[in-house]
Amino acid sequence: MSYCKQEGKDRIIFVTKEDHEAPSNAELIADDPNDPYEEQGLILPNGDINWNCPCLGGMASGPCGSQFKEAFSCFHYSKEEVKGSECIDNFRNMQECMQRYPELYPQEEDKESSQAEASSSSVSAAPTEGSALPPETDSTPATSTSDSTSLIDNQTAS
Amino acid sequence: MLKCRTVWKKLAPLARASSTVCRQNVRRTGLTSSRIPACVPVAHMSTGPAGGGRENQLYILLVGAACVGGAIYTYRTVKGDSQRYQDRIEEISSRSYKRATAEPATPIQSEPSVILEPEPEAAPSLEPEAAPSLEPEAAPSLESEAAPSPEEPSPPAPDAEVAVPETTELPPGGPAPDSLKVPSHTPYLLIGGGTASFAAARSIRARDPGAKVLIVTDESDPPYMRPPLSKELWFSDDPSVTETLRFKQWNGKERSIYFQPPSFYINAEELNGAENGGVAVLTGKKVVHMDVRGNKIKLDDDTEISYDKCLIATGGVPRNLQVIERAGEEVMKKTTLFRKIEDFKSLDKVSRNVKSITIIGGGFLGSELACALGRRSTEYDLEVVQMFPEKGNMGKVLPEYLSNWTTEKVKSEGVKVISEALVKSVVCKDDKLEIKLKDGRLVKTDHIVAAVGLEPNVDLAKSAGLEVDSDFGGFRVNAELQARSNIWVAGDAACFYDIRLGRRRVEHHDHAVVSGRLAGENMTGANKPYWHQSMFWSDLGPDVGYEAIGIVDSSLPTVGVFAKATAKDTPKAATEKSGTGIRSESETEDTATSPVASLTLAPTVEQHQDEYGKGVIFYLRDKVVVGIILWNVFNRMPIARKIIKDGEEHADLNEVAKLFNIHDD
Repeated sequence: MSYCKQEGKDRIIFVTKEDHEAPSNAELIADDPNDPYEEQGLILPNGDINWNCPCLGGMASGPCGSQFKEAFSCFHYSKEEVKGSECIDNFRNMQECMQRYPELYPQEEDKESSQAEASSSSVSAAPTEGSALPPETDSTPATSTSDSTSLIDNQTAS
Repeated sequence: MLKCRTVWKKLAPLARASSTVCRQNVRRTGLTSSRIPACVPVAHMSTGPAGGGRENQLYILLVGAACVGGAIYTYRTVKGDSQRYQDRIEEISSRSYKRATAEPATPIQSEPSVILEPEPEAAPSLEPEAAPSLEPEAAPSLESEAAPSPEEPSPPAPDAEVAVPETTELPPGGPAPDSLKVPSHTPYLLIGGGTASFAAARSIRARDPGAKVLIVTDESDPPYMRPPLSKELWFSDDPSVTETLRFKQWNGKERSIYFQPPSFYINAEELNGAENGGVAVLTGKKVVHMDVRGNKIKLDDDTEISYDKCLIATGGVPRNLQVIERAGEEVMKKTTLFRKIEDFKSLDKVSRNVKSITIIGGGFLGSELACALGRRSTEYDLEVVQMFPEKGNMGKVLPEYLSNWTTEKVKSEGVKVISEALVKSVVCKDDKLEIKLKDGRLVKTDHIVAAVGLEPNVDLAKSAGLEVDSDFGGFRVNAELQARSNIWVAGDAACFYDIRLGRRRVEHHDHAVVSGRLAGENMTGANKPYWHQSMFWSDLGPDVGYEAIGIVDSSLPTVGVFAKATAKDTPKAATEKSGTGIRSESETEDTATSPVASLTLAPTVEQHQDEYGKGVIFYLRDKVVVGIILWNVFNRMPIARKIIKDGEEHADLNEVAKLFNIHDD
């Protein structure tokens, strides 16, 4: 059973697992998903890409940032049947740029920097060779499929 | 009392007379049209001529006396205040000469100069060396506005105008940059090359395509993260860790403490020509002067750089104990003020070569270093002593019962803890340091590490005319981290307004990331206030790890809800499970995991009376939760953040604690 003791101004409560089994009746205020102050996930409420999302790491801000932005934007707004199929050139530019900075964009199969493009990976079916875009799950851009190695802001809209 | 009555008795008829006269005047002036003159003589009859004269004289005498008294009082007050003000200025100016670091503007800001014009900004400009033309007198603050602004016909409004003329006093000098390396103008200038600055750079680059960002730092290293310097790097197996500065994460992957390898940055001289912009870092250069009106700064080599938007992220300098400063060079040579990479390198070397190290300070840094060195104590036959004035480790953060419990844990890491220790003097004898405490105890040691706080670096406040906060130190900025147009401040040096928790200054890593990112966003036009609450964490040995958010001050009333810990509730287990790196949630990269090191050195864990194994501690201010510590409970920070954000009064905090599922893994 839980018990309680008071040490001056500090109160200490000890609880067992059973004590905490009943659901909490504490009330939390509902969140407004469009709150402009809140940290946003990868996709903003208006549909744009949040380039400042922590989940992207340094992708949008590094030396190849502009190429990455072009490629990813193209993919994001693509309305083709095979999403992003018209963006091959952009992705090629990006890859060429990244190859110039192997330190920043390591070229292994499952490198983290590619995780951000995992959501754009359906394009990888196209002839972009190299390991830059390994085919991962065909997820929507809203959920970044970055695995646990890159930290996602917990308030990512999903 | 009686006097009053007598006086009143004398005055009453007069009062009545005057009141009736008033009434009659009112009537006369046209409210009614008739029969007025008839009333007038009646009043006068009540006071005979002779009595009236005497009454009048008395009346005049009293009023006159009151006026004179009032005038004398006013005069003396004003004089006394200006005298007090003068004294204070002198005291402050003499004080500022004593102190090693120049911090001229700070104390004056707080002085509620009784001056009739409330112009706190007038104060810093009244520095003795700076503005001879300004007179510290009551009335002439008006004049002072006119005097030092010769260029501008004194604009009435901005108070800051008074302070700004400071900058015009310094010679514009040879503005042409003498070195080709440095651009003479940059759209985004970030002063300081630490965590906040880097986070801002990234934010700017993400939001402003092709942005050109220049970081100026007086360190010789590009931006790096500090937490591993007192945690992970000490637990590395690699003997060359002091060179590589890399540490192994729990998933086996290594990373460097540098946020990005050097190839990420472009050279400063290429910045202007870079088609897609970039981030350039200028190392080894200190900004010594800031001209807010001209939007430019000056470096220590007299180069001038102008900017469009500027971020000040100068961080701070470790504080030192006065007793050590006064103790002389011998003692100073054996003292480390720990903050930078070079301090880590030197302390690492020292720890291998001496027999005894004493850490003064019982806060985050002191305790983490004590645990890290304590871990080494068995390997290197090193005695590690930690002393502090509080009763237990983290005494200013944790409630007493928890602080005591933590101290026991620190002791089990191999540290000799001396609590309630106030250092009286330090001397160097026979190549050893002798620390004498106020209660008479004597501690002999080879080396001292002083971890007694951080002094925010506000050197630029004076030249820039920026406000410095008197309560918390640091540059005073608004909720959007802005000090003035085009100038933002982030990180340790920013005293900002937190909409939820009030004005504060935070010295944690995640705050530097969050505030740096926010400043970057606002520099590119976002206009967002500080809203996403930053968190912090600490690990003291493999058994004690906690994450915290908000205001966590042991002087606040607390409510702690605890469960018994199982072996699964350790920092090590937590990070292995979640695979997350540094527990900062704002970190963008995969970063290091918890500091817990190799299993070979795990101290014998005695889980005997593990009463405070894991739980949640709520810090309350006026019944509202303003801070939460998650004690050996991990990956629940979003819930904690939500509770703080709501700012609600909860009747039963046990119910709130249920939200954390502390019994689950």
